[in-house]
Amino acid sequence: MTKKHLKFFIMGLLTLGAFVLLVVLGKVGSYAEQSPQTKELKKGSSSENLVIPLCDGKTQIEIPDARAGEALSPEKAMKVALMMKEAYAKEQAKQTSKWTKRDRLIWEREQKRVIEEGNRLFHDWKAIGGTTGISCDMCHPNASNTHAETYPKFQTQLKRVSTLRDMINWCIENPSKGKPLALDDPKMIALEAYITNQRKGTPLAPGKH
Amino acid sequence: MLPLKWKKSDEKYKKERAEFFNAIKHLDRRTFLKVAGMAGAVFASKGLIPPHSFQLIDMVHAKTDEKPGFRFAYISDTHLYERKLNERFVRAMMRAVQDVNALDPQPDFVFFGGDLAQLGQAGELELGKQILSEVKAPIRMMVGEHDWFLDMGEKWQQLFGPSQYSFDHKGVHFIVLMSVNEKDFWTERKMTPMERMMTVAGLDNALQSRFEVGKEGQEWLKKDLAKVPKDKPIVVFSHSPLYKYYKPWNFWTEDAEAVQKMLFPYQSVTVIHGHTHQMLTNRIKNIHFHGMLSTAWPWPYPPEGLPKLTVQFDRPDPFDEADGNGNGTVDVYQKGYVDKHYNLWSKNPIKVTKTYLESWGKESIPPAPVFATY
Repeated sequence: MTKKHLKFFIMGLLTLGAFVLLVVLGKVGSYAEQSPQTKELKKGSSSENLVIPLCDGKTQIEIPDARAGEALSPEKAMKVALMMKEAYAKEQAKQTSKWTKRDRLIWEREQKRVIEEGNRLFHDWKAIGGTTGISCDMCHPNASNTHAETYPKFQTQLKRVSTLRDMINWCIENPSKGKPLALDDPKMIALEAYITNQRKGTPLAPGKH
Repeated sequence: MLPLKWKKSDEKYKKERAEFFNAIKHLDRRTFLKVAGMAGAVFASKGLIPPHSFQLIDMVHAKTDEKPGFRFAYISDTHLYERKLNERFVRAMMRAVQDVNALDPQPDFVFFGGDLAQLGQAGELELGKQILSEVKAPIRMMVGEHDWFLDMGEKWQQLFGPSQYSFDHKGVHFIVLMSVNEKDFWTERKMTPMERMMTVAGLDNALQSRFEVGKEGQEWLKKDLAKVPKDKPIVVFSHSPLYKYYKPWNFWTEDAEAVQKMLFPYQSVTVIHGHTHQMLTNRIKNIHFHGMLSTAWPWPYPPEGLPKLTVQFDRPDPFDEADGNGNGTVDVYQKGYVDKHYNLWSKNPIKVTKTYLESWGKESIPPAPVFATY
């Protein structure tokens, strides 16, 4: 192996190390939320060696021959990267899912926020750009008779297999006399989230009339 | 020689024939013509030559006894905004007015079932009054929660009079009952009148109180009923159904049981209500209940609580702004109870008869929907 090859190899490992480190740092917050005591991570160990916290928020690895704050030589950096990789693999083996409680909280809160926004839009004709005073809930209290679970289905009047979003736009354009939303408009997604959640638990029945 | 079977049949024919003509002698001319026409149609459809059946003759007698005394028409739940905001609801209401004006013979009166306005605003109520002034027959008014909760009925009463009253018409006692009072939910929440109105106008919010006739209303009803003989037919108009149907949407009257109890001693009581924007039929003991259609929009049937006797209308077509909407007429029988006609604008009209309710849904069954609620 030439010196040049070795240099590339080390650089590769360093990149991996940096990546692992980023993942680790990204996860620290989530673990902190799970167990508050880990918020107080030690800045350094009793020795003056370099200490790196791992992604579980508890484990710290001490690098025996590196001082805290020291600029690592390529050899030492490679050693650190390998140690971190090993520790990361150990952590992975302990976990059954890559998703943390923090991830789950994010899903729940975002879902709830978007449904709430949909709820608001569903009950406010001005918010959906209507001009006739007609809001969605006037004909569809609790999103009844929306049948989100039956789409896509053929709508004779639209002359094609249509989605719930097509129907939402139909109502915005016709009874409410507003301008149709882009199919990926956050308002459209919010309305869809509210409607489908009101129909939660209904068996899927695409095509049913 | 004819077989014995034939001979028997021949005798039966002669007997039927004799009875048919005998029965006809007892009919007045008008009824006879009706019977003859009916009989003709029935026989023709079966490819038979009259006279023929006992059943027909019996039916004729039943019809003679049970002729509706008179007819009134209704328009309900027009939910008007001011014309510049919403032309559609105005157009729908005008269509209903044209419908009742085209009835021949004219109904004895036209009943307005409440929710004339969408948000109880003076402009909306005045527009409603202006459109109703086109009605040829006399008008009887009822208030709805959409008319009431902006100024607690001030403007409406100024335009149309008291929210609770009774009258007699051709031997039937009519009561207009204010059933959409609500216990104060607004003061504590520091709502403006418009916020209060908007809250009541929404169906699927849990903020408002439930509808009720209330103590005062019950007292008034008690006094009013005191002078009515027990065998006199009664028709009660209430905006909300006078029973407990579906609480989350306020298809509901909180003190319904107390009101029903007051009506139980009477021989025949019919309650006709607005608010639910759908074909709706119910019977509790001696009380028959009929819902009125809206001219503005139809409401879906809720997920639970639908009275067993209700024959649903087909799920309205969202692409047809008139579908599921309409108006109707009510044929009142002199002996009590009514036939309720739903004049659905985009469907065949449907009649829910008193026979249907008197037989607890066993006879005279209205057509079932093809696309029911799910």
